[in-house]
Amino acid sequence: MSFWFWHGLRKGIQTTRYPERAENTPGVSPGRPVNTDFSTDEAAQLAAEICPTDAIVAHGKSTYVNHGKCVHCQLCRYSLRSPMNWEPGYEWSRIPTNQAEAAPLPSAFAKSMHIMVVDAGDCGACLHEVKQLNNPLYNMHRLGLFLTATPRTADVLLVVGPVSENMRGPLLKTWEAMPTSRKVIAVGTCAISGGVFGKSFMCACGVGAVLPVDFEVPGNPPPPLAILHGLLAVAGRKSLKTPTSISEGRL
Amino acid sequence: MPASSSPIAGDGTSALIDLAAALEERFGIEIAKGPANGGFVFTLSLFKPSLLPALCKFMFWEHGCLFGGITAEEQAARWEMHYAFLLPGAGWIDVELSLPIETTSLPSIVAEVHAADWHEREIEDMFGIRFENHPRLGDFILHDQIWREGIEPMRKSFAAGRPPLEHKVDREWQPLLIVGDPGSFAMPVGPVYEGGIGESLHFLLETVGEDVIRAVPRLFYKYRAVEKIAEGRTILDALLLAERFAATSAFAHSLAFCQAVERIGAVEVPRRAAALRVLLAELERMRHHAGAITAICESTALAVSSAQVAIIEENLLRASCVFARHRYLFGLNTPGGLNCEFGLEQCKELLVAVDKAESDLRLLEKRLRFSSSFLDRLEDVGAVTGESARDLNLVGPVGRASAQNCDLRKACPYSGYGRYAFEVPSETEGDGYARLRVLFAEATQSAKLMHQVCAALEEGPVRVSCQVQRAGAALGWTEAPRGAALHWLRVSDEGIVERYRAVTPSFNNWLGFHVAAEDFAFQDFPIILATFGLSATECDR
Repeated sequence: MSFWFWHGLRKGIQTTRYPERAENTPGVSPGRPVNTDFSTDEAAQLAAEICPTDAIVAHGKSTYVNHGKCVHCQLCRYSLRSPMNWEPGYEWSRIPTNQAEAAPLPSAFAKSMHIMVVDAGDCGACLHEVKQLNNPLYNMHRLGLFLTATPRTADVLLVVGPVSENMRGPLLKTWEAMPTSRKVIAVGTCAISGGVFGKSFMCACGVGAVLPVDFEVPGNPPPPLAILHGLLAVAGRKSLKTPTSISEGRL
Repeated sequence: MPASSSPIAGDGTSALIDLAAALEERFGIEIAKGPANGGFVFTLSLFKPSLLPALCKFMFWEHGCLFGGITAEEQAARWEMHYAFLLPGAGWIDVELSLPIETTSLPSIVAEVHAADWHEREIEDMFGIRFENHPRLGDFILHDQIWREGIEPMRKSFAAGRPPLEHKVDREWQPLLIVGDPGSFAMPVGPVYEGGIGESLHFLLETVGEDVIRAVPRLFYKYRAVEKIAEGRTILDALLLAERFAATSAFAHSLAFCQAVERIGAVEVPRRAAALRVLLAELERMRHHAGAITAICESTALAVSSAQVAIIEENLLRASCVFARHRYLFGLNTPGGLNCEFGLEQCKELLVAVDKAESDLRLLEKRLRFSSSFLDRLEDVGAVTGESARDLNLVGPVGRASAQNCDLRKACPYSGYGRYAFEVPSETEGDGYARLRVLFAEATQSAKLMHQVCAALEEGPVRVSCQVQRAGAALGWTEAPRGAALHWLRVSDEGIVERYRAVTPSFNNWLGFHVAAEDFAFQDFPIILATFGLSATECDR
């Protein structure tokens, strides 16, 4: 059994250097569509029309993307004659449009933040990406971010999923059981806008319909580093700009 | 029909015809459609509902058919019930039952086919059709403490888009206890547990001390009514739902959905697209199995192994992202083929990553085999006998660990799986260790399949136009990473979804989970749960 110790050591350090350095290993992020200028109004219109969740809005020759609605169907990349531009990267977290500015936790939490995760009807992808944060390649413990199993000791409520009707009660109970300094972070397009599930008798169309949300991480699913970026923003270690215009995603 | 060249052996079709003849003779039922739906599906019309239990017993027990599921449908002011069975190596049998809309009850087949239990509970909950002599109806999808009785959301008259009803939580509500003897107590787990990293579901573990006597899972906390909200959407919009209700097996489910659409539209997928679909499906299977193995290692608290296999899994996620531009393979399948083309260089690059993952997994398996403390937690734990597995119709790696060797890739090939040589690993012990071995062996087979696909990749288009211009219904099936997935779809002539039904492997296997968990100690419970590798979201839809 002692061989595990040696095998562990021999693997060496695999952990990313993010946030000290950018992580550029291929495949850490699928990227996302960005605001694109087309040569004609029609091309912009076509891009807006092909989007099944109305995440793309056309304005003259330009298109604007609301990432809180993008479900990463890639139709605007594969099915258009002139496709949308895509950007790499993962620093995607943002402030909900109803918030004036970022309100992170006080600085005392910066190096020790306990996170309570609630799955409110998630498809499994976002939850799986949150889980990846605990693997050695991301290892969020090194940053003082810890998962906790009880809401009483949690500082941050991380919610994934569009909030299914049967999970609304358990989600609210968890939130109520937390200390009032709590912050809520909605992870994934479904948690922000309901995603493909939308509003129905069984779905609340996002966490914002149930709880006050402080931070959002768009993506379907957001890759682990995007979630990490969001958590660092909650801890006040990454500053977020307030979107002011349509081109910055304020739609 | 995708890749029509995937042949059904001649004797397979004759076995279907024999069975149909036997049914005709014994139950006087009529063959409504011969081998329709591309030669795979026989539709039989049954006129006397009272014959249903005997008929299902005859098919399931005497003819060795596997149970596929029950689909209820409100169609043209009548009830249409479909009882699907698979005759391995031959095809599907769809027993159709058309009833007047006033019908409120049907004979239950649970006493004959235990695997139908949850199907009947779901139909009772969502359509309001009662099943006579079913041992336990109610409180299934619509949880009794928040949903009042009399709501039938799957009826056409129920508007899906209406906002959530104002619920009154019934604080007096108590779950039904099965043991309930003096001295026994019930330990509730969930719906938020494991710090939320576990999916939302609830267990009621009844015990008189150390051992779990009864384990009753209560699911559907994550129910998003995918089948209901798909109705009235276009095929492409419904495909988004099929792909995203269970992301860890997204490709398999979107593939099953697309195959159903392609059958309705009578479109044949180009061979290149079919082959690439196999490649992507196997990539997903391998990544899923690496994740399932991670969960098993974590549950036994063998930290180094779980860290190492988690690295393998993350590397496969990254390889998927580099290859298909999405870590979970979203946005690739479309009716008629694939949305994008893959070059040979890309495929070679993928195979390098796959080979690395495969050899790492093999090394890991070897090390785990020599870790006695790890094996002690798995061997003889959570055992499901072959008889129970057959009785409960367990599918996928869980079923194959208990000697249920059915794999749709072999039993009813789709997307050209018949062209490749691969094995379906199976074990007979049915314990946690057997399930782990099956996962490892299947990952190896997946790598082997991916190599064969790339070696024999033909030139050609990856997509043909697939416009559905006539109304119709069809079944699509795949062997998803967790087992057989069935997607049944009915569309109108305008290409609008009228009924969508997804029977998922997790839905099947959750029913059998209690068999494995009962009579084991509490500390074994998380391990048994991990070796079953079930997904709540795939079950809940």
